Amino acid sequence: MCETCGCGDPEIVPIEVQERILSDNDAQADHNRSHFQGLGLLAINLMGSPGAGKTAVLEATAKEAGGRLKLGAVSGDLATERDADRLNASGIVSATITTGSACHLDARLVHRALHDFPVSDRDIFFIENVGNLVCPAIYDLGQAANVVTLSVTEGEDKPLKYPVMFQKADLVLLTKVDLLPHLDFDVAAVEDALARVMPGANLLKVSAKTGEGIDAWLQWLEERRPAPVEQATEGHVHHHHEHQHEHR
Amino acid sequence: MHEYSIVASLIDRVQQEAAVHGGTRVHRLHVKIGELSGVELDLLKTAFETFRERTICDGAELAIDRVAASWACPSCKRPVLRGAILRCDTCGRPARMVEGDEIILERIEMEAPDV
Ligand SMILES: Nc1nc2c(ncn2[C@@H]2O[C@H](COP(=O)(O)OP(=O)(O)OP(=O)(O)O)[C@@H](O)[C@H]2O)c(=O)[nH]1
Ligand SMILES: [Mg+2]
Ligand SMILES: [Zn+2]
Ligand SMILES: [Zn+2]
Ligand SMILES: [Zn+2]
Ligand SMILES: [Zn+2]
Repeated sequence: MCETCGCGDPEIVPIEVQERILSDNDAQADHNRSHFQGLGLLAINLMGSPGAGKTAVLEATAKEAGGRLKLGAVSGDLATERDADRLNASGIVSATITTGSACHLDARLVHRALHDFPVSDRDIFFIENVGNLVCPAIYDLGQAANVVTLSVTEGEDKPLKYPVMFQKADLVLLTKVDLLPHLDFDVAAVEDALARVMPGANLLKVSAKTGEGIDAWLQWLEERRPAPVEQATEGHVHHHHEHQHEHR
Repeated sequence: MHEYSIVASLIDRVQQEAAVHGGTRVHRLHVKIGELSGVELDLLKTAFETFRERTICDGAELAIDRVAASWACPSCKRPVLRGAILRCDTCGRPARMVEGDEIILERIEMEAPDV
């Protein structure tokens, strides 16, 4: 019965759906995930506030890895190519995903980027999300892990203020720790806040500037790399799923 | 402001259901939104009121079922209190979310003469 307009129209029927509103994004993310798994590629969704040091951490990662690992990255950026330029200069094969007005990446944008990106020979693929502590956490991109950067200039209460982002994190990188001697930042307080929003809270202290902690971060990544997969013999990436086109 | 993209997905989904069931006009949508879903209810309502015009949802009501977040131990099932450290007091395992991150379309009430 219709209660909205009081018309009592018997033709109003309830249709049960009970499905995630973002189920289209979920399906696309699963598709991306199967690409990454098929390639034996570790895909990381790197999130954090604007300026938290996402790009700087990746630059430092490239330096520490020193050619041992083939790194790739796409950077979500509202308008510029600056991050991708910086990453390419550091030795990470990189491209920009221009998001325009969107404040987050979604699985479709990442999939489209994969069409033009030479992922097939990479070991680790970083997806640097748009600088934002809210929206990016809502969209699965097909990543194996979520990593959130939090800089020591942002305040210890950020995990409590943005619980959604930190709850979804597999690892938090406390960045710019070289600045700690100049600040009142209380590391124990941020660890406590994190433990109240992130199950199995896991925090690594890093500095892109001095390289502190980057070895531990690299080790964390190495531990998550999937076992190598057999390369497709046909000279292109093998698709395990329904797909109308090929990827490089 | 991902609420706008969520509403766009919502209306798309409703349109698909309407096509399947021969629906002509939607009267009410029931959605379930968790406290820790990252969706702001006010922004969601505003976005819905803006986007529903000239779609099958024009004039429809958005009924929101808000779900509070709750946590429990995955092995001994003991609840972990709000705001507490997310670890089981008894066995020390990390807590798991029981509910509270839902972004779900539950039900559509629509005129569907053919059903
Ligand atoms: N002292 C210090 N400064 C840092 C460190 N890492 C980054 N910065 C500075 O922080 C600023 C932002 O760094 P980015 O790496 O561009 O941050 P981002 O998170 O990629 O920024 P967006 O992509 O714009 O959101 C730059 O001015 C960096 O020089 C660090 O480890 N120590
Ligand atoms: Mg950046
Ligand atoms: Zn594909
Ligand atoms: Zn957003
Ligand atoms: Zn494709
Ligand atoms: Zn327990």
